[in-house]
Amino acid sequence: MSHSTATTVPGRSVWDGGVSPMGVSYGKLMMWFFLLSDAFTFSGLLITYGLIRSSHPAYTGLHDAFKFSHEYWPVPEKVYEAVPFLHGLQLPLLFVGLMTFILIMSSVTMVLAVEAGHRMDRKAVEKWMLWTIVGGITFLSCQAWEWTHFIVGTEAGTTVKAFVNGEWTSRTIYGANLHENQYGPQDFADFFFFITGFHGFHVFSGVLLNFLIFYNTVSGVYDRRGSYEMVEKVGLYWHFVDLVWVFVFTFFYLV
Amino acid sequence: MSHHSNEPQVVVLPPNKEKIRHLWKVAGILLLITIFEFIIAFSMPHGPAKTTIFVIMTIVKAGYIVGEFMHLRYEAKVLFWSVLIPTLFIIWMLVAFVYEGMKLSDINFLGY
Repeated sequence: MSHSTATTVPGRSVWDGGVSPMGVSYGKLMMWFFLLSDAFTFSGLLITYGLIRSSHPAYTGLHDAFKFSHEYWPVPEKVYEAVPFLHGLQLPLLFVGLMTFILIMSSVTMVLAVEAGHRMDRKAVEKWMLWTIVGGITFLSCQAWEWTHFIVGTEAGTTVKAFVNGEWTSRTIYGANLHENQYGPQDFADFFFFITGFHGFHVFSGVLLNFLIFYNTVSGVYDRRGSYEMVEKVGLYWHFVDLVWVFVFTFFYLV
Repeated sequence: MSHHSNEPQVVVLPPNKEKIRHLWKVAGILLLITIFEFIIAFSMPHGPAKTTIFVIMTIVKAGYIVGEFMHLRYEAKVLFWSVLIPTLFIIWMLVAFVYEGMKLSDINFLGY
């Protein structure tokens, strides 16, 4: 591995000190390894979701006849089918698709900010960072609506039978929380809150970091420093948040 | 924040048109794949084939985000592999855990 061709002094490899073998600064390298560890955290969450889901029976009936029940894991597109201002219409996955679009677009504006940073173009960095922040806040607002809808539930609710004090009673559950869940098994709601919540928290801290970068850019910190590398480091984090959403979107909403 | 006469002279370079066009192209590819995923979601019955398509699409998207947006494709090879190789453990973990889940399902619901 250390037989690199880029030796500085004859007989010494790049790993003998004095140069950085990976060709990036310390901060950027550490950001990469932090993101790798964070990828393992998210994998742990999503794979556990897969484990629990595959240990529950799947819905086997007709797609159109689907009803919420505690007996089987719900079909995701039957759960996420509401869109703000279009009450009562069934538009499966449309809103989540919109959220995906918003996050991908904010990733694009971030990479444009990085490009502007390479050119020391302060005005362009300001513009693209601001768009990135707007994208992040829009995504978080969408998620707040999504959570509210999930917690409040459908109008009809789901009627379940329960064995209370020695007799069978039926009651109607509306929405989901950490104690009960109208959409299916309790684990389904728990994973929804934990995984999208953990991702949302990443987006939130990403917006804070982006704002910090924006503030520093406006006040000329990076011009004085002579380098816009901080934009790149926070950019890596922001792209990672987008990357995680791509996986959450597939394994939580599509499959 | 001092803004006195010792402000550094910053040389602003013109936009790299080719690079910017390339970035928008990558964005276009990502959006196309997402639209394609939507079409699949509503035109194919649930099953292993559909799941396989989704997983492949997701990995392609992840490749573009990490390779182009995060610039990993253009970094030193040592860094590239240092980030990529550890993710093999994730694949192993995925296979092991989902297999475990299906066995749990057999025990819980089929009475094996």
